[in-house]
Amino acid sequence: MSELTLQNITKKFGAITALDDVSFTVKDNEFFVLLGPTGAGKSTTLRVVCGLEKPDSGHVLLDGVICDDSTPADRDVAIVFQQYSLYPTMTVYDNMAFPLRAPGRRLPEAEIRQKIEAAAEKLRITHLLKRKTVQLSGGEMQRVSIGRAIVRRPRVFLMDEPLSNLDAKLREALRAELKHLQKVEGVTTLFVTHDQIEALTMADRIGVLNRGRLIQVGTPEDIYDRPANMYVAKLVGSPRINLVSAERVDGVFRLTEMGIELPLEDSDHLPDHFTLGIRPEDVHLNPEGKFSGEIGITEPLGVETVVHIHSQEGEIVSLASGLIQLNFGEPVRFDINRDHLHFFNSQGDRI
Amino acid sequence: MATIELRDVVKKFGDKYAVKPMNMTIQDGEFVVLLGPSGCGKTTTLRMISGLEAVSSGNIFLNGKDVTWAHPSARDIAYVFQFYALYPHLTVRDNIAFPLQAQAVKRDVIERRVKDVSNLLKIKHLLKRRPGGLSGGDQQRVALARALVRHPAAFLMDEPLGALDADFRETMRAEIKALHVAQKATTVYVTHDQIEAMAMGDRIVVMSNASVQQIGTPAEVYHSPTNLFVANFIGSPGMNLVKCHYQGGKLTLPGGSVYVPAEGWQKTLDHQLGDNQTVVLGFRPEAARVSGEPKISADVFLVEMNGSNVLLDLHLDDDNIVRIRTNRGVNYGLGDTINFDLDPQMVRFFNPSTEAALVME
Amino acid sequence: MNTPKSKRPEVNYATRVDKVTFKSKLTRNLKAILTVIIAFIVLIPVFWMAATSLKSRADAVAAPPKVIFEPSMEGFIGLLTQRRQVTAAQGLEEIKQDPNLKWYDRVMLNRGQQIVGKSEYVGYLKNSAITAGISTILSVLFGLFSAYAFSRFKVAGKGDLLFFILSTRMLPPIVVTIPIFLLYRQLGLYDTTFGLIILYTVFNLSFSVWLMQGFIDEIPREYEEAALVDGYSRLQAFFKIVLPQTITGLAATTVFCLIFAWNEYAFAVMLTAQKARTAPPSIPSVLGTGGIEWAQIAAGAMGFLIPVAIVTFALRNYLLRGVTFGAVRR
Repeated sequence: MSELTLQNITKKFGAITALDDVSFTVKDNEFFVLLGPTGAGKSTTLRVVCGLEKPDSGHVLLDGVICDDSTPADRDVAIVFQQYSLYPTMTVYDNMAFPLRAPGRRLPEAEIRQKIEAAAEKLRITHLLKRKTVQLSGGEMQRVSIGRAIVRRPRVFLMDEPLSNLDAKLREALRAELKHLQKVEGVTTLFVTHDQIEALTMADRIGVLNRGRLIQVGTPEDIYDRPANMYVAKLVGSPRINLVSAERVDGVFRLTEMGIELPLEDSDHLPDHFTLGIRPEDVHLNPEGKFSGEIGITEPLGVETVVHIHSQEGEIVSLASGLIQLNFGEPVRFDINRDHLHFFNSQGDRI
Repeated sequence: MATIELRDVVKKFGDKYAVKPMNMTIQDGEFVVLLGPSGCGKTTTLRMISGLEAVSSGNIFLNGKDVTWAHPSARDIAYVFQFYALYPHLTVRDNIAFPLQAQAVKRDVIERRVKDVSNLLKIKHLLKRRPGGLSGGDQQRVALARALVRHPAAFLMDEPLGALDADFRETMRAEIKALHVAQKATTVYVTHDQIEAMAMGDRIVVMSNASVQQIGTPAEVYHSPTNLFVANFIGSPGMNLVKCHYQGGKLTLPGGSVYVPAEGWQKTLDHQLGDNQTVVLGFRPEAARVSGEPKISADVFLVEMNGSNVLLDLHLDDDNIVRIRTNRGVNYGLGDTINFDLDPQMVRFFNPSTEAALVME
Repeated sequence: MNTPKSKRPEVNYATRVDKVTFKSKLTRNLKAILTVIIAFIVLIPVFWMAATSLKSRADAVAAPPKVIFEPSMEGFIGLLTQRRQVTAAQGLEEIKQDPNLKWYDRVMLNRGQQIVGKSEYVGYLKNSAITAGISTILSVLFGLFSAYAFSRFKVAGKGDLLFFILSTRMLPPIVVTIPIFLLYRQLGLYDTTFGLIILYTVFNLSFSVWLMQGFIDEIPREYEEAALVDGYSRLQAFFKIVLPQTITGLAATTVFCLIFAWNEYAFAVMLTAQKARTAPPSIPSVLGTGGIEWAQIAAGAMGFLIPVAIVTFALRNYLLRGVTFGAVRR
């Protein structure tokens, strides 16, 4: 029910710049994911938004109103942390009631009960309400944390890697639940993660953060299909994008290390030397393919198989669908889909 | 090089089984992955093979010789730990040389072997540094080098990639596999990550609750899981498992859709379960094909962009969600109804009470 | 160990890594026996003291010492009362006839002594309780708040301050007693309970800050931050979220501070005379009154030991965790 805007936020800790002129807007009802490695400034951003940290310059706007000077309590945002988010001395019920009993709200107990029961129902934690939080499993804890945040209907929902401490199966399940809940409840959400799969699957829009700078903002499709630079290209997608150095010789392109020549139409805007990005799914094994190489290792993942192809000095990774059986050292032919190639200049920026 | 055999190996802590009777033979040069959630007994099994943990009963054979009660150092096995276990006060070179010095190998031989192994793992430039300043990936490379330098009969690895971030993990996964392909050393590898297990293992031993659920190649555990646990645990997401009602050769899914299984399956179901029964239908997300005609219909609950493809979470009814994989490019909205069919080759059935997979007759 | 013995003949037990699994009933019993023996050795003096405190005057000095004796409360009663000697000529038998006599009067009359009032020791014990109690509460309270501030806020010169606080502990008390004595005399704090409370509080504070900081550092900030975002003020978050989680640390700190304040001797002997005197300096003075009253001394020591023992016992569950998780890790 509200919009969050960060305007030119800069935050330094001593000599380290944690956030460098970061600006973005999370629209009403939007699920916005900040994606970046450890130390990129993701958590600092969240802390600035909830008022736990004061930016050195720039403004935080909630619904268009500057709220630099309001306390965390006044901002009416809710946060879910990676861990330690439940008060260990209280029961699940009291944990969920805690924000509703805060001085600024202080709802009648009957109303609190009603709200908690409704939220518990939605998150399927009704049977846990009377438990102590120490008796909960990791997944249950995070469910309760989300419940505690949701129950008060905050203006903005902030989440700091809430799924990172859970095991893979649980993470998958909770991911879907959380995303769906967000859509049904319609809460503006700022979600922070280092996991690109989480970002791709959950986000309406993604902001990629590296060393305190916001590099690219866009839909998951934008980020995946049109990465702004090599950093983003490498960050998103598993197996990782192939990045090979290439040069332009007499109108054709030579992938230097692999000794492959690739004809390209309308390539005049490209410099003589550049880096070519090829997603593994755009490298197809094909007995009649133009290029040849040798099978390196193969990694069957289930739905698809990662095939490493060696060609002269270089290696290129292909993603083949299904589980396929290939022998190490076998000769192989393959094609490269030229519709989705990515070009990066020597600075690593997209051309 | 070595074969490893476990014969009725059991580990109990007090009255609790950490590993229930386990039988397995690991062939020379094989890469076997012990896979399971935490607490399933996989690490205990590895530790018993290494001799760091005593068996409660049963025997372990290395190259046909009973080593059940042999000291770890007498087993000629190298162990790689999750947290590297490098000695912080020694340089990388001395860390790698350490196991050789313990065996009183000659100086020049040590030099040569350290050089060879550091070339192999591309850590030559790090030899004079101390482990403290290295990245996680480099530390794990050093740990691998220290294991390799002895030319042990077998490698035991306990979640060696568990402490690395995702980026490094993918690289190291390929590196370890390449190393194995080149060296062909018998390896037992423990992980909780099914992707790692699938990508690396010649065979996978799926464990849960102290017992072996299935032993098989990646393709076997992926396509023909022996029970519900394996079906759900392998794959990301796991196999869709839907309780259906079977009557007169037809399956009624939750939400009312009707699916007619192939004739072979009909016979099997009639035979093994009987008519008018509940059965669990299993299919992988990629087994579904979105089609125009109403086969199985369900409502879109969530659309998950997954890079090269899209996962759709579909509601059959309020309690049953299935996930199917489709190509990118089609936009689905929440609540849209989708019809899909299943690839008959990829349909599996499970007995809901025993949880075991049915085998087509 | 289900494997038939014949199946593993070449077992070399000396090289076994995992000896734990061989923990048999025998070793477990041996452990228990060893524990009992050690406990016995450690507790002999305590037992001796307890026994002596319950002995009559004659039994207390008997040689060889009596292990089996008729228990008597003489020691305790003697410690807490003032008496006068009554001889038969002075009408001992008549006094014994008085129907208003309490049981403790009779005990002493059998020794030919008549109770005439409370001893000074009762007052000293009261002083001890007040001084130790209040100073402990104060130092734990101040320690808690300072430690919280040190742990959570940017305090200018934090490291120096912490070292400075600790440095107050480096001098042995005996070295500073003279200056403090002079200071206290000037300020009119000599021989006042108030003065002693201030001194003990300050002296314990350094310890309490360091110990509590260890505990508070271990409570993740996220808890309070979640509470702040949930709509609470810093102070409310402290009381509702942090405080309940510091109970362990508070208990450990309390016990350590209490033990120090309760046992303190050097300051007490120098800075008090009569009015504010605490128990520790007064126990030896029992020695003085007419022959060595071993039973009384033992009773004094026992009476002194019991309160601390009770508090420690009551808080024992917190203590072990407190000691191992808190300060030791710093």
